Amino acid sequence: MRKFLATAGIAGAFALAAMGAQAQSVKVGVMLTLSGPAAVLGQHARDGFQLGIKHLGGKLGGLTADIIVVDDELKPDVGVQKVQALLERDKVDIVVGVIFSNVMMAIAKPVFDANTILVSPNAGPSPLAGRGCSPWFFSTAWQNDQNHEAMGKYAQDAGYKKVVLIAPNYQAGKDSMAGFKRHFKGEIVEEIFNQVNQLDFAAEIAKIASLKPDAVFAFEPGGMGVNFVKQYAQAGLAGKIPFLSAFTVDETTLPATQDAAVGLFAGSQWAPNLENPVSKKFVADYEKDYGKVPAMYAAQGYDAALLIDAAIKAAGGKVADKAALRDAFKRASFASIRGAPFKLNTNGFPIQDVYVVKAVKRADGKFATETVAKVFTGYTDAYAKDCPLK
Amino acid sequence: MTEPKSSARADRFAITLPLALFIVLALMPLLAHYLPGERYVIGLFARVMIFAIAAISLDLILGYGGLVSFGHAAFLGLGAYAVGITAAHGITDVTVVLPVALAAAALFALATGAIAMRTRGVYFIMITLAFGQMAYYTATSLSQYGGDDGLRLAARSTVLGLPVLADSRGFYFAVLAALVVVYLLCRMIVASRFGRVLRAARENPVRTETMGYNVHAFRLTAYVISGCICAIAGFLLANQNSFVSPAYMSWQRSGELIVMVILGGMGSLHGAVLGSLVYLLLEELLSGFTEHWKVIFGPLLVLVVLFARGGLMGLFGGGRRG
Amino acid sequence: MSTTLFIVQTLNGLQLGVLLFLIAAGLTLVFGVMDFINLAHGVQYMLGAYLAVTFYGLTGNFGYALVLALIAALLIGLLVEVLVFRHLYERDHLDQVLATFGVILFVNEGVKIVWGAAPRNLPIPDFFSGSLRLIDGLNYPIWRLCIIASGLLVAAGLWFVVTKTRIGMRIRAGATNAAMVSALGVDVRRLFTVVFGFGAMLAGFAGVMVAPILSVEPGMGDSVLILAFVVIVIGGIGSIRGAFLGALLVGLVDTLGRSFATDLFRLFLDTSAARQVGPAVASMLIYLLMALVLLLKPAGLFPAKGR
Repeated sequence: MRKFLATAGIAGAFALAAMGAQAQSVKVGVMLTLSGPAAVLGQHARDGFQLGIKHLGGKLGGLTADIIVVDDELKPDVGVQKVQALLERDKVDIVVGVIFSNVMMAIAKPVFDANTILVSPNAGPSPLAGRGCSPWFFSTAWQNDQNHEAMGKYAQDAGYKKVVLIAPNYQAGKDSMAGFKRHFKGEIVEEIFNQVNQLDFAAEIAKIASLKPDAVFAFEPGGMGVNFVKQYAQAGLAGKIPFLSAFTVDETTLPATQDAAVGLFAGSQWAPNLENPVSKKFVADYEKDYGKVPAMYAAQGYDAALLIDAAIKAAGGKVADKAALRDAFKRASFASIRGAPFKLNTNGFPIQDVYVVKAVKRADGKFATETVAKVFTGYTDAYAKDCPLK
Repeated sequence: MTEPKSSARADRFAITLPLALFIVLALMPLLAHYLPGERYVIGLFARVMIFAIAAISLDLILGYGGLVSFGHAAFLGLGAYAVGITAAHGITDVTVVLPVALAAAALFALATGAIAMRTRGVYFIMITLAFGQMAYYTATSLSQYGGDDGLRLAARSTVLGLPVLADSRGFYFAVLAALVVVYLLCRMIVASRFGRVLRAARENPVRTETMGYNVHAFRLTAYVISGCICAIAGFLLANQNSFVSPAYMSWQRSGELIVMVILGGMGSLHGAVLGSLVYLLLEELLSGFTEHWKVIFGPLLVLVVLFARGGLMGLFGGGRRG
Repeated sequence: MSTTLFIVQTLNGLQLGVLLFLIAAGLTLVFGVMDFINLAHGVQYMLGAYLAVTFYGLTGNFGYALVLALIAALLIGLLVEVLVFRHLYERDHLDQVLATFGVILFVNEGVKIVWGAAPRNLPIPDFFSGSLRLIDGLNYPIWRLCIIASGLLVAAGLWFVVTKTRIGMRIRAGATNAAMVSALGVDVRRLFTVVFGFGAMLAGFAGVMVAPILSVEPGMGDSVLILAFVVIVIGGIGSIRGAFLGALLVGLVDTLGRSFATDLFRLFLDTSAARQVGPAVASMLIYLLMALVLLLKPAGLFPAKGR
């Protein structure tokens, strides 16, 4: 259905342009992972983004928002094809996407080459933060290493001397360990790489127990996290060895892990209990509309809508001049769900506070994360210095 | 074994259908000019043709040889990584990269085929899957070439130094040319004595053996040829997206190739083209309608199996069924 | 690396093996008896888990949830058999692959529509929620012992039914020569339906038993499917004994590989290189094992007689 409306919309837009009239709407293509086991992340981001549009009255920067949502199926080549459909056929003004870094690495260049703005509500691979940075790229999430670095710093400050790291054996897993080690100066007793989509962690848990570390740092996204956290608790380690993590314990997996996850720590730039009006309104309405507690992915999607709104306003409501719109993104100022005014670094990544959060069971019976302490204030990522943009 | 409905009708389709397909594909860029998103449509059909090449390569051994390779996507990946790895070392011309891709595929096919050919039936399927998985895990562990995140190419391969492939139309016609060449090549192979021995070996290996043919050698040769052709598709795929990723080699991808071949009607070569066309275009069309397109696509496949024996080609009365 | 850890990991490996057998049992039964490649086995396993989640939500009792889920899994399996699979027994393996592929797409998406995309939870039943102290600081959940017990029961039960009962004899006969058995007056059609339904129930049972320790999410059957095929191919298709021993072997090799590969490589490589190579090799280990087994015994370790 969207495609038919989109084609009709294009025809209409062409007609208007031919008459020399100004475009009254802005077209945004949203590409997320909406199928497969990781679909829940894309759904949170999409729902958060659409809630943002709703709160803005269906308008971005005063222009009517025409949103097209597509699914990249977690396949880089499908992502490239669909982003080309968005750019060439639907002629979107802005692309919002994606969830996963491997798809991001595939689609970034086609979007930049088309002189179109790319707003990431999640993926933030290091090449895009460092040497491969682009003036067309903006993130409302984080650079991939950030939450791992926060956990490393927290472990260092907490005085843990021996830590075991565990992550899946793929690039993001390796990056997570590198990120953790950036601020942690103690001893890494062992780096355990489990298989992607691994089911049974009994062997890894036994190994962790035998090594008797002061803490464990885990990066186990999605189903792996649910498996690992459940089995970790069932093996009796949850209360004994402090559990630090990133992207493992969050509102997308808490409904499945429930009590097993309570008391486990994670690094995050946002939690539903943040005490600022924007965040509170977002959380309240998200829970009302979707019946579940929003995860950071939803908050990032929400902020993406707010960022685009602020940028278009800063550009005076004009989206036709892409270079001007791009520069307007840098000037965009709005109240983000993070609480402070949103600040962007030279490489397009946010400068923000990072917290350590804990999984808790709320009074209403639902599970959520809550902030425990702030680890970084005004965090800038480790790759910004390699970015030649000023 | 089912005989074709009428051999005259089947012969007619064996020529007119592929001819019609190729004419439509050749005219597609002209047609795309009048559709919204011209470059996107051209890109979409280029992708269809790339997978058609891969499907043809699989049909060669599956439809004619009776060898169900569940790890064929590994060859896609080998072709793609040949492009990626050589580019990472500064080599980008097709005159160097393509032979590297073919050589890599041939070596992999020889090594894995020699072992896999000792098995039959489901065991063959599983061992080819195993080799495919090994290739996949090796690629994800190559951190210096991006690992799981993949490898971005600065530009498409040059042809004798010229950026012929950089333009979307130029690339499209290069893919079309490759498809036509591959199709004709496979047609020739199948019609030749080699092809007949292969088909005979599928029907009755013992008999073929007693007639003096080394069935193992014939099958292995077919497997190597098939792998090399699939690597060409991988080379083109990497170039189309300017991106190389282990995702090209997943077992799900191998499964999709098998589905394309069977859907189109195995053992006809143009069935493979038809199958990849229908599969990918249907996927693109349906996913535009609803996020839950698989709920429609799945039953469609089931209906094709139940009511169209011999796949889509079976509907036309052409193609062979083994 | 201590002896205690080695013993613990061996136990873990055997336990994983029994888990894999539980998952693969239905598959080898259907494949071995009916020569039918049932790729939809993975989604039947997944449905079992999801149905248990729903019934647990309705009844609050794991036992009721298990029974209801088994019945529902059986009914769904029979429905699919009558609608789709029954027409495919005489067809080529590849047609079966295509049809079951379509079923997988449908069910995976259907599950997402009905239950949502987020992972769901099924708690361990209270009665079995304790644990044993294994080594200092490591507990072994009693539920895992339940899984082992149920796997062994299924193995023993299947063996008994197939070799010692009349229906088992008919099943084996039907597998060897369906036409002849039919000519002898046995309703082969009904026999196959019974076997398929039973296979579906076994798959669902595995899903329910495993759900408390794993994530219940869309697509959870896909990775399990591949593992199950590896197990039965190594063990020999159609053989319950082969599936059992193959599963144990795969469980052991995979677990010990994951546990000690890095340490092994540390003997001749430096630590960081070992940490790179070890996990990569460990992930390929079961495929290397399968390739090796097929090289030496192209029909698996314990192929069913007459194959």
